[in-house]
Amino acid sequence: MRTARRLAAALLFAATALAVPAAGQAAADATPSATPTPTATDGSAGDDGPPTEAGTNFRTAVAITQGEQATAAASAGDYLYWVVPADTGQNVTVEATVTFGSGTGTAAAHGASTWQLDVYDGLRRRQPCRYGAQTRTAAANAQSVQLVCHLRTVRAWADTWSNDPLRGAYYLRLTALEVTDADLGQPFRAAVEATSDGTAGRDAVDGSVAPVVSRTAPDVRPGDGWAGTWWSPRWLWTTGGGLLAVAAALAAHRLARGPIARSYRHRPPEPPRPHEPPPYGS
Amino acid sequence: MIMRRLLATGMAGGLLATLVCGLLPAGAAADDGEPAAQPAPKVELVLDVSGSMRATDIDGQSRMSAAKQAFDDVLDSTPQNVQLGIRVLGADYPGNDRKTGCKDTRQLYPVGPLDRTEAKTAVATLAPTGWTPIGPALLAAADDLKAGGDGTRRMVLITDGEDTCNADPCDVARDIAAQGIHLTIDTLGLIPDTKTRNQLSCIAEATGGTYTTVQHKAQLTDKVQQLVKRSTDPVVTPVATRGAGSCADAPVLKAGLYSDRETFSENRWYRVAVPPGRELRASVTIADDRAVNAGYGVLLRGVTLHGREIVRDDEGGTGRTDAVSAGIRYPKPKADDDTPPETVCLQVGNSFSAPATVKTTPGLPVELVIDLVPSPDQPSDVAFFGLGRGWWLLGLLTLTGGIAGLLTGWVARWRTNTGRAS
Repeated sequence: MRTARRLAAALLFAATALAVPAAGQAAADATPSATPTPTATDGSAGDDGPPTEAGTNFRTAVAITQGEQATAAASAGDYLYWVVPADTGQNVTVEATVTFGSGTGTAAAHGASTWQLDVYDGLRRRQPCRYGAQTRTAAANAQSVQLVCHLRTVRAWADTWSNDPLRGAYYLRLTALEVTDADLGQPFRAAVEATSDGTAGRDAVDGSVAPVVSRTAPDVRPGDGWAGTWWSPRWLWTTGGGLLAVAAALAAHRLARGPIARSYRHRPPEPPRPHEPPPYGS
Repeated sequence: MIMRRLLATGMAGGLLATLVCGLLPAGAAADDGEPAAQPAPKVELVLDVSGSMRATDIDGQSRMSAAKQAFDDVLDSTPQNVQLGIRVLGADYPGNDRKTGCKDTRQLYPVGPLDRTEAKTAVATLAPTGWTPIGPALLAAADDLKAGGDGTRRMVLITDGEDTCNADPCDVARDIAAQGIHLTIDTLGLIPDTKTRNQLSCIAEATGGTYTTVQHKAQLTDKVQQLVKRSTDPVVTPVATRGAGSCADAPVLKAGLYSDRETFSENRWYRVAVPPGRELRASVTIADDRAVNAGYGVLLRGVTLHGREIVRDDEGGTGRTDAVSAGIRYPKPKADDDTPPETVCLQVGNSFSAPATVKTTPGLPVELVIDLVPSPDQPSDVAFFGLGRGWWLLGLLTLTGGIAGLLTGWVARWRTNTGRAS
């Protein structure tokens, strides 16, 4: 009976230990997707709402934050640049929408055009998209075209000769890759939005590289600063595993040993023998 | 008893984890550079007042009156700190002499603090008159903007036709860009005719500006306002440098932003001293400011003084692009204070090519960014602090714990049964 109770307690304990990493995972998933408050971007964004302008090269890229939709009015053939911060462990998704016309009245007739959304990291290295329609051709007289790029998970450390995505600034470049000469200079409106979800430490690597943001570029950082480099949900997983091991060890030990024999201390003292035969040979 | 102690340890561990989690995200912020006070940006609006501006095809108005109204609106909304000037071309000489007509450009309102009334009065006097000397007007406008100050310089060219004089304004624009005065030319075409469009988009491309076709008055106003406002965006001005043909003669660069020019398929070298404990970060962007062949590439290499390659990045592409860029990192591990910095040679190469008709001078604009940041520690393990993750890990640990428990349990039973335990 006591054994059974102990076993039940151990199981409960194990279950609690199991729940801890799960909770940690949920917390980690929730943290990065929380939209940070817009950081001051030196007037390029203004203090009221998301930016309504885009830069025209890496140096003038307009800083945006994750979760806000930046818009811009431009002419076909322009190269539009934005820059967004991405932190360790985030899976960043960038979406861009190109709407033809200046927004007032109907869009002028236009031919087919191909649009592309490129993502560059803080070192201006082009980043591949894991999936998503990064390049798309809009049919003649289409209303709009939508582009998506899912980036690889941002890591805290990478070899110097790899171009793995590191935490820091990410440049978004939106442009018409192919456009007929007649359409060059025609107005269009663009909207971009970067969002991210967490990975619960799946790609938590050791080491940490300083955020890849150039001092000469727009200063971008997540709303609540760069995440610390000492935390990863892996702490919870490993601690939870350790607790589970202890619980399993205790339960198995109890099971294998069987019920504890009554301690000698609590036994009634042995009654003195009534008669000791005299030693042999005496 | 043991159980309780373990539980206490576990809770302490959890508490520690919570503390770590809660306290640390505030740390590890990037170095923040103090934004320096921006010098006043300079903008010059260059307006075509040639005879063809009389045509009435913009919302039922003449091009000239549409431009005048747009100018009025723009002058009203110009930000305070912008120094605005106006230059006109083809405003004075109505005759047929090409030579005289092609010199016809004058500054209507000087670049400087804006007096709105005065500027508006000056614009109101304009009447469509003469030729379209775009090239000379660009040169003169560049001179207007060149004098004094180190703020951003922007020129907005509004025209309804191609250059009617000899010089190709596109070449003129490229030469202006090569002067290193960081001047951007945005062009607005009032009619979408092929020749005008090609010429204007070429001018814009040569200086990193934009080209827009304007068909409505509101569009003209909005665009000019947008471009004038754009000049107030804070931008770091690059320092002009000149890379050498080999590492030995290369200029030594510190952290910062540099600009250079590199002709087709040229390699240029720069040097950077990297102290121990710092990471070198270099990015290079080469813009194609003229018509180039479809395939192109950029190479950036970090090489030791002895010619050994440390790290490289290259990027290629095809099709329409404004720039191609590559970047490298090179961390130097921490060392004693008296360890001298290592000199790293940076090789910047490009594989752009152009049709034979395209001029190769001046070279393509190169932008080089160099940063020196604290270098990361070499990780001892692939995983984060060597920690594990996942259900397999939990299963394995539980199994190990279970087996260990069984073994100790059996030993305990054996000891009890054989009377070895007291």
